[in-house]
Amino acid sequence: MTATAEASTPAGEVPSFEVTLRIRRMNPEGTSEHGEGEEYWEEFKVQAHATDRVLDALHMVKWDQDGSLAFRRSCAHGVCGSDAMRINARNRLACKTLLKDLNPAKPIIIEPIKGLPVEKDLIVDMEPFFASYREIMPFLMTDGPAPERERLQSPEERQRFDDTTKCIMCAACTTSCPVFWTDGQYFGPQAIVGAHRFIFDSRDEGQWERLEILNDKAGVWKCRTAFNCTEACPRGIEVTKAISEVKKVLNTGEI
Amino acid sequence: MTLHEYDVVIVGAGGAGMRAALESSKRARTACLTKLYPTRSHTGAAQGGMAAALSNVEDDNAEWHTFDTIKGGDYLVDQDAAEILCKEAVQAVLDLENMGLPFNRTEGGTIDQRRFGGHTRNHGEAAVRRACYSADRTGHMILQTLYQQCIKQEVEFYNEYYVLDLILDKDPQGTPEGEEVSVAGVIAYELATGEIHTFRAKSVIFATGGAGKVFKTTSNAHTLTGDGMAIAFNAGLPLEDMEFFQFHPTGLAGLGILLSEAARGEGGILRNSEGERFMERYAPTIKDLAPRDMVARAMANEVREGRGCGPHKDYVLLDLTHLEPAHIDAKLPDITEFARTYLGVEPYTEPVPVYPTAHYAMGGIPTNVHGEVLRNNTDKVKGLYAAGECACVSVHGANRLGTNSLLDINVFGRRAGIAAAEHALETAEAAPLDETAAETLNSTVERLRSTVGTSEAESVADIRRELQATMDRNVQVFRDADSLQQAQKDVAALRERFTKIAIHDRGKRYNTDLLEAIELGFLLDLSEVVVLGALNREESRGGHYREDFPTRDDEKFMQHTMVYGGDDLRLDYKPVVVTRYQPMERKY
Repeated sequence: MTATAEASTPAGEVPSFEVTLRIRRMNPEGTSEHGEGEEYWEEFKVQAHATDRVLDALHMVKWDQDGSLAFRRSCAHGVCGSDAMRINARNRLACKTLLKDLNPAKPIIIEPIKGLPVEKDLIVDMEPFFASYREIMPFLMTDGPAPERERLQSPEERQRFDDTTKCIMCAACTTSCPVFWTDGQYFGPQAIVGAHRFIFDSRDEGQWERLEILNDKAGVWKCRTAFNCTEACPRGIEVTKAISEVKKVLNTGEI
Repeated sequence: MTLHEYDVVIVGAGGAGMRAALESSKRARTACLTKLYPTRSHTGAAQGGMAAALSNVEDDNAEWHTFDTIKGGDYLVDQDAAEILCKEAVQAVLDLENMGLPFNRTEGGTIDQRRFGGHTRNHGEAAVRRACYSADRTGHMILQTLYQQCIKQEVEFYNEYYVLDLILDKDPQGTPEGEEVSVAGVIAYELATGEIHTFRAKSVIFATGGAGKVFKTTSNAHTLTGDGMAIAFNAGLPLEDMEFFQFHPTGLAGLGILLSEAARGEGGILRNSEGERFMERYAPTIKDLAPRDMVARAMANEVREGRGCGPHKDYVLLDLTHLEPAHIDAKLPDITEFARTYLGVEPYTEPVPVYPTAHYAMGGIPTNVHGEVLRNNTDKVKGLYAAGECACVSVHGANRLGTNSLLDINVFGRRAGIAAAEHALETAEAAPLDETAAETLNSTVERLRSTVGTSEAESVADIRRELQATMDRNVQVFRDADSLQQAQKDVAALRERFTKIAIHDRGKRYNTDLLEAIELGFLLDLSEVVVLGALNREESRGGHYREDFPTRDDEKFMQHTMVYGGDDLRLDYKPVVVTRYQPMERKY
């Protein structure tokens, strides 16, 4: 017999418990009971352990009860940004939300993120989201030839934009924004976070071009400081603060 | 069915795929097909750093790095490839910085560097600071930076296209040695619509990543099912050194989520149930910073000798409590958050439960140093390239050093991108690809759809769980003939059951149920190859440790394993390229 990593709960024996998932569903091709594109709720019961996340529960449904349940996921530990969804009315990553933290006595309500077209069950069309990101020119812009070594940057200068480099583009912020829900033109918070990351990078020389885009009617001035985005961010980015910093630069003309 | 034509088709949009795309799309008409949105790729989960002898903080050079890579790989590394990797490392890091990657900085404003396992000064004298890093999210920054550059360069992506078949103009095994075999294209399944697309191309680059999901306890994403490796194998190409799988020492116990080696590079210490710093016994010079294979074995050994921690004594502890919280926050913010989120452990004050987790495939699709895929020990497949984890150059040999994978994807992704584009420009027309090329995939998909509602069918999830369980039990850190024969038997039985599966979802749109069934087929194919290679290699080297053959046997086994498919698997060997480093005993 060889040593194994036979998974057991590491922090001692934890009994399993039953959880009910109440999932917002939609099949564009219809099912035997539901029409094409009809939205409806469906409940599933699963047995969970204390270290299980919402993603584990969704897998239990998909793998053992209904394989047609559609959702995106990949890394399963909060770094790839695939599985943002609305869980008990709040945007979160399913792989970063532990069931035991959600009051498993009540059904856990799972819906697709809002403001993007639903494609099937928990999968939404991400194209409009990525299109907004592309619009703010999210890449380093410099003048002159590339240097022979690295461009110098002090630790303090590097720290200035550290927070917004953490973004994994999961869309939790943008799809929690009440302005984004109702205003089809607004870039949404994520695109502003993406712009902030370069505007405050001491190596970048394209700030004003980028700021011009954000000063546009679809840009930062649409933000009504609801703070939903900051609350939603699974990476702990202070999104609203980043947006205010961009507004301040536009007001003062100084970076 | 839609037909597309490109000069170059790249399969995969992680680090290697996007680095290749940046080169290729500058030179030739390029499409990048990816089963995930590019920013979801698992490169983004890499944490600790990217090795390069910049000498920004300590004296270092590419030759020392080369030596460490070869010794770390337990002399199964092709030394010409390792020399290229380490020599081109410096420019690869500078390229990323110039693209905008936000590396951590020294007080002088240059790129900061830190210690990592197996990286040493002057051939093993002491640990050296060689890893260029951005906190513990270096892979995230690389993935973001490459994606940003792809946006700038308007690289054409086909997102959520699953490439499931590779088309060559001739059977690579039926064609005599020396004769030409060329790539013709790939067949892809579009997730959103279920439509099957044929991509004809002069050059194809596979950059599809790893296969960690053959194991249960793994740091790998759910989507890392070895698609590229299995597709190449099923198209008649060999796989090289697949028995060498890296088990990363510090996975979160029971979960497998990766905690970077940077934790030990920054001063973290592994302890057993007696509180002992046990690595002092196994690697007296560099202790906790020994290469990953040695640390993983030491941990597993502590556990089986009864010095494991916790109620089941089945893990050891990673102790960071002597580090300043501010230092932890600055250098290791993400991994400490993982410990808090997933285990409820506060690393400032409590040691973190850890156990080895399946992490990285050293083996893969055999290539030369230009990324060109080989169909035997010498013949290239014209126009076919591979780079990154799915490829085997081989720069990692029997055990990869930490931070050499982010380096590998940049150096060999770039090389493959350039070579593929140049080949396309020199080629008048792609190999012919007829309308029947998509038939194999089409019939697979239709057959799976027709299984919906079948009674007494087998379940994809059950077979996958059992496969992963037997691989964890029998093919992990410690292996022997009995455990491997058991795994072989189990995999064969699961393959048989796999022919009787039924899926649930008949639909065309976003049918991930169907794709999981196809992915399970890949996992079964690859498991068989891993186990055969491991069973046949009656020695211990790097990540492959046989309890019944506990020493390295250079006479018999200092050569690469090559496994060929077909009705019965066939084993062969390929010589290791040795330039200037003769094998020596591996002590640290």
